[in-house]
Amino acid sequence: MLDIRNITKVFGGLRALDDVSFSVPAQSVSALIGPNGAGKTTMMNIISGMFPPDEGSVSFNQDVISGLAPAAIARRGLSRTFQHLELFGEMTVLENVLVGRYIKSRSGFVASGLRLPSVRAEEKENRERSLDILASIGLAEKREERAANLPLGEQRILEIGRALATEPTLLLLDEPAAGLNIRETRDLGEMIVRLNADRGITILLVEHDMDLVMRISTAITVLNFGQKIASGKPSDIQRNPDVIAAYLGDEEPPC
Amino acid sequence: MTVFLQFLFSGLTVGSVYALIGMGFNIIYNATSIINLAQGEFVVIGGLLMWFFLESCNVPFFAAIGLSILSAGLIGLIMERLTIRPLRTNDLLVMTMVTIAVSIVMRGLLMFKFGKEPYSYAAFTEGDPLVIGGAVIQLQTFWVLGITAACILGLYAFFNLTMVGKAMRACSFDPTAASLVGIPVSRMIMFSFILSAVVGAVGGAAITPISLMEYDKGPMLAVKGFCAAIMGGLGRGRGAIVGGLTIGILESMTAGYLHSGLKDAVALVILLAILFFRPAGMFGNTTMQRLKGH
Amino acid sequence: MTREHGIALLILAALVLAIPSIVTDSYVMTLMIFSGINAIAAIGLCILMGSAGQVSLGQAGFYGIGAYASSVLSQSFGLPVPACMAGAAIVSALAAVILAVPSLRLKGHYLAVATLGFGEIVYIVLNEFGPGGPSGFGDIPPLSFAGVAITEPAHVAWTVWGFLLLVLVFSLNLLNARPGRALRALHGSETACSAMGLDIVRLKIKVFVLSAVYASIAGSLYAHYVTFISPSSFSFFHSVLLLMMVVLGGITTVWGGVIGAVIITLLPETLKSFEELDVLAYGLILTLSLLFLRRGIVPIVIDKFRTSERGHA
Repeated sequence: MLDIRNITKVFGGLRALDDVSFSVPAQSVSALIGPNGAGKTTMMNIISGMFPPDEGSVSFNQDVISGLAPAAIARRGLSRTFQHLELFGEMTVLENVLVGRYIKSRSGFVASGLRLPSVRAEEKENRERSLDILASIGLAEKREERAANLPLGEQRILEIGRALATEPTLLLLDEPAAGLNIRETRDLGEMIVRLNADRGITILLVEHDMDLVMRISTAITVLNFGQKIASGKPSDIQRNPDVIAAYLGDEEPPC
Repeated sequence: MTVFLQFLFSGLTVGSVYALIGMGFNIIYNATSIINLAQGEFVVIGGLLMWFFLESCNVPFFAAIGLSILSAGLIGLIMERLTIRPLRTNDLLVMTMVTIAVSIVMRGLLMFKFGKEPYSYAAFTEGDPLVIGGAVIQLQTFWVLGITAACILGLYAFFNLTMVGKAMRACSFDPTAASLVGIPVSRMIMFSFILSAVVGAVGGAAITPISLMEYDKGPMLAVKGFCAAIMGGLGRGRGAIVGGLTIGILESMTAGYLHSGLKDAVALVILLAILFFRPAGMFGNTTMQRLKGH
Repeated sequence: MTREHGIALLILAALVLAIPSIVTDSYVMTLMIFSGINAIAAIGLCILMGSAGQVSLGQAGFYGIGAYASSVLSQSFGLPVPACMAGAAIVSALAAVILAVPSLRLKGHYLAVATLGFGEIVYIVLNEFGPGGPSGFGDIPPLSFAGVAITEPAHVAWTVWGFLLLVLVFSLNLLNARPGRALRALHGSETACSAMGLDIVRLKIKVFVLSAVYASIAGSLYAHYVTFISPSSFSFFHSVLLLMMVVLGGITTVWGGVIGAVIITLLPETLKSFEELDVLAYGLILTLSLLFLRRGIVPIVIDKFRTSERGHA
């Protein structure tokens, strides 16, 4: 579904990514892991079009998407969340999700200003779908809260909800468990598995919490200093000597 | 050729004032990132105060200059103390709006004191105009050019040779680092208002014998000076000089050869063209300026 | 649109109906009309700044285009006034697109200055090439609807404030639907907006056009009300006034534009007793309100109201 081919990205003199290739099979829960500074977030930003790669290409459903604007990539059904939250803080929880419905609806300035019947119908549908999403992620009760007032854990969940509203086929999650406690992380894991199973959404996540990664992912790619050092099933990765060596210098062991 | 020279000199004269205003913009912008839209009023204040001391108080010429500069500096100081400092906000829009409101206050005071009529006084030195290549050049023109040059040199020396000037430059590069090494950033901001008020007032005092001064000339002067600053790249001292002179000359040529009513449009058309095609100014490095461009 | 907005609209509509019926003083009517005209333009600027986070120091340019285009269309071609106003709005919209496409790459000060430059150029062009040059021209056909002229001050007030109510309803509808939510989101995080597939540039251009059309409608109403216009009404100073209205009233809600417009329009009139000190007093009041009412009057009042409500509960 997603093919990363020979991606290289240089910042100044630093090779943040060096000839990295991997694929995300359809319907999988794939994970991209590695010690701090391995280039994971850079890879996420390249896939979602935040900046272009220096070399290599990204293909999504067989089409090359590297070089497209982030908005164009999002419209093709690839949505993402952010490690450093990017919610619309002054808007309500429901409104945040409604913004996610933007590309799935059509009402323009004039029609909306006049509140034409077509707009009402579309608003009603958007509202229902957004409320459904909020119900499925457990935020229905907080729909009228300002997003900035939510606790961190719920803000992360809301970002996922907003991404779901765009009806993606591939969802990129950038450190969704960062800052969450053990219980919240477990709930998050269950939710990701559910999204994958019930809605058929392919997931690519970058995550530090190895427990979570090993539990929910079906395929793992490991980066270290911008290079791919391993990829495979969780059980293989756990035994891979290169991975263990890479993590030994890090305070976080792989399992 | 004679006519061309005539236009060239009158363009250089107004252009010098635009350059001085542009430098005033830069001084405050570098210290605070504020666009001080009361910059034009400093020029008006310079001209009208000079008239007040010379004609109304009959103070000798050099004392009048000194008093005008002193008063203008004081006005800059008061403006910063009463409006910019208490505001303490990062909202540049509100700060810029405050400078507009202050400019209205200044215009109100000027109108109250001086009324709506234009003022002028004798040129700094008496004597017949010079004739260069057939063009008749007023002696005051050389005063304006000379004073502008002196201001430029003075500012250059101030920013490069004095401790305060160096400290102000440090603040404009990185206020946090500057305050870490013990530079009192807020005092530097105060100096920047004093300095840019003085620079504007000097320009006003010099140009008034040539082009008259009235209480409501400020906004147009500010727009021109701002064009000069943008043309040279906002925040670059030397850029504003070239920008100001270029705008002055083009204006004077347009008024002379095309149509006098279009004179004021020239600066604006240049402004838009630069903004759209070269946001860093004519001489700037585009990426650097974009990064700084808030 | 929420219930609070609905109630506020009803109260406003009742006031608009009542005031001209009770107060017959023509001076009060004039002030009401000018407040309404300014409010229409201010709402546009409010949406542009408060929602999309864009600044414009050139709204007087669109206001002027609206006034001149509508006047010329009705005077020279004898078209009905509503058609002329629509025509003027189209001209303003085109001008807005031409300005917006290159400007919107610019940010902050640079965008403000580009719009300032545009406003001044419109002013100079009107001065040099507009009918009557700097002294302007008169005999502009009065407001009319279906061939019936509207000249009675109370009727003009109703017409202007009727337009204002329509503009308010349209704006509130818009802000609480898909495009408006996108605009508010833009103010929150452009990064997230692009990840949600929003076409940021198009949105910005559209909201710019919207604000220009509002300013244009206000300008047309002005021209057909006073029936004599000159460029001096559309100078940089008027752009600044509009900006003051919006900042003073509060940019986070369209009601800020309305309240700000009423205050700024009435202020110089109440200051007339200061005689030659009026400009000074005006400047002082603006400075003080910027220093002490930084967030704008309407948001501050709403907050006070909500806190006291919570205190009672």
